[in-house]
Amino acid sequence: MDALTALVDFFAVPLQFAFVQRALLVAVVAGVVCAVLSCWMTLMGWSLMGDAVSHAVLPGVVLSAMFGLPFALGALVFGAGSVALIGAVNRTSRVKEDAVIGVVFTAMFALGLVLISRVPSQTDLGHILFGNVLGVTDTDIVQILVLAALVLTVVWFKHRDLTLYAFDRVHAHAIGLNPRLLETLLLGLLAVTVVVALQAVGIILVVAMVIIPGATAYLLTDRFERMLAIATAVAVAAAVLGVFTSFHLNVSTGGSIVLAQAGAFTLAYLLSPRHGILGRRRTRRRTHPATPAHT
Amino acid sequence: MNTPTQDTAAIEVTGATVHYGDVLALDHVDLDVPQGLICGLLGTNGSGKSTLFKTLLGLVRPDHGRVRIMGRTHTAARRAGLLAYVPQSEQVDWAFPVRVRDVVMMGRYGHMRTRRRPRPADRQAVDHALHRTGLTDLADRQIGALSGGQRKRAFLARALAQQAHVLLLDEPFAGVDKHSESTIIDLLRTLREQGHTLLVSTHDLAQVPALCDRAVLLQRRVVARGTPDQVLRPELLMEAFGVHTPEEGPVWMP
Repeated sequence: MDALTALVDFFAVPLQFAFVQRALLVAVVAGVVCAVLSCWMTLMGWSLMGDAVSHAVLPGVVLSAMFGLPFALGALVFGAGSVALIGAVNRTSRVKEDAVIGVVFTAMFALGLVLISRVPSQTDLGHILFGNVLGVTDTDIVQILVLAALVLTVVWFKHRDLTLYAFDRVHAHAIGLNPRLLETLLLGLLAVTVVVALQAVGIILVVAMVIIPGATAYLLTDRFERMLAIATAVAVAAAVLGVFTSFHLNVSTGGSIVLAQAGAFTLAYLLSPRHGILGRRRTRRRTHPATPAHT
Repeated sequence: MNTPTQDTAAIEVTGATVHYGDVLALDHVDLDVPQGLICGLLGTNGSGKSTLFKTLLGLVRPDHGRVRIMGRTHTAARRAGLLAYVPQSEQVDWAFPVRVRDVVMMGRYGHMRTRRRPRPADRQAVDHALHRTGLTDLADRQIGALSGGQRKRAFLARALAQQAHVLLLDEPFAGVDKHSESTIIDLLRTLREQGHTLLVSTHDLAQVPALCDRAVLLQRRVVARGTPDQVLRPELLMEAFGVHTPEEGPVWMP
C-alpha cells in the first residue's frame, strides 16, 4: 500500500466511529488543560502534589457513583479536601510536607478501595484507575468541557500573577499581592485539572499529564510563554497519537497517550539544543568557550 | 541633606522582638530612618539583618513591637506600592524561564490591572530602568545567563521600575564585580537625590562611609547607630563582628 494512503487510513478509519471522535475530543481537551497547568507544576516542583491529588479523588468518584451524582462533584470535593488537609496537617505538625502528602493521599486512596468493594459492580475499578476514554458518556463530556473552560479562563486572567508567585513570592508579597491566595488558587486549579484528566488516562497516570508536557517544554525553551505553547503542542500531539495508536493496536489508550508524552520528553532530554544532553555537547563543540559578557 | 524631608520617618521600627521557635533572632530592635537617606544595616551573617527585612515586609510577625513604613502598617504600605525589595542571590531560582525584561516588568505589576497586561507607560518604565542599570543590551537574555553583578542590577532595575518610595536591598554588593559595584553605588546615590529612602544591608564595610548617611550595627539587638563615623569604631565592630563570647552565642530561651 502507498505510504500516503496508509497514513490517511491510520487517521480516517478510526474517525468513522463516534466513540473514537469523543475519545479524541476528551483526550485533546484534557491534554491541553493539563499541559497548561504542567508548566507551573514543573517550576514549583509539585509532581508529588499532583500524584497526591489524583489518588485522593478515588473515594469521591466512588461515592458519586453510589449516589448517582456527577463524577466531577465527588472528585472535586475530595481533591480540594485532601489539598486542604495536607496544608492543615503540614502547618500544625512537625512532620515534613512530603511525608504529610504521602500519608494523606494513600489514606484517601485506601478509603476509595474499601468503598469500591462495597459498591454494586456498575463502577469498574479498572476504568477509574486506568481510564476509559473510549467509553465516555455525553454527561462526562459536558463535565469535562465545563471544568476545562473554567481552568483555562482563570489561567487566562491570572497567569502573570501565578508566574510571579512561582518565581519570587517575596516580591509578590512586597507589591501587595497575597502569595497564600495564589498558592491556594494554583492548588485549586490542580484539583480541577486532575478531575478533567481522570476520564482520559485514569487516576494512576494523571500525574504524567500534569508534569511531562511542562518538563518537556522546560528543556526546550527559556521563555515562559513559549513553554506554555510547547507543552500544549506536545500534549495535543500525544493525545492524537495515543488515541489512534491504541485503536489500531488494541492497547490501553491512557497508556498510549502517556507513552507518547514520555517519548517527547526523551527526545527533548537528548536533543534539546541548549538543555539536552546530546544537543548541549554539540553546541559546546561548535561554539568557542563561552566568554562572559561585559560586566 | 539636600532632599525635602517631611516629619514622618520612612522606616520606623520600635521594640521589635522576633523568635524563631526558641531562638531569639531580634531583641527589642529600634530603627528610625528619615526620608531621603541611605541607611546601612551592618552585621555578621546571622545577626538578624534578613529577619529585620522580613519584619519590615511583614513576612515575619514580631512577638511584640511595631513597624511603620511612611507612617503606615506594612500591609497598607505594600498595597500602596511604597516598598521594594531587592533579594539576595541565594533566594532566586536562576533557571526559571524568564528574561531579564520579564523580571523588570514584574516590578510594574502593582501599577497594572487584574491581568497585568503591560501598557506603554509600563514598557517605558522598564526600558528606562534597564537603561539606568546598563542592561538594555542584555534585556532578552534568560535571567540566569547574567553574571553576578548583572543579576543584582536586574533586580535593582525591577525596584526602579516599581518606583517605590522605600527600597530594601539585601546584600547588594555580595558577589559583585567592581564595574557593577560602582554602577550600583551611583544608582543608589541618584535614588537618594530623587528623594527615595534606602535601607542597605551588608557585611562588607568598605562602601559604608562613602555611601551611607546613617548606619546601624546589628547583633540581634542594635549595638550602635548614628553616622558611619560614629558606628564604624573598632570597639563597636569588635562587639558586632568579633569573636563570639559565650553570651553572644545563640540565645536559647528555656
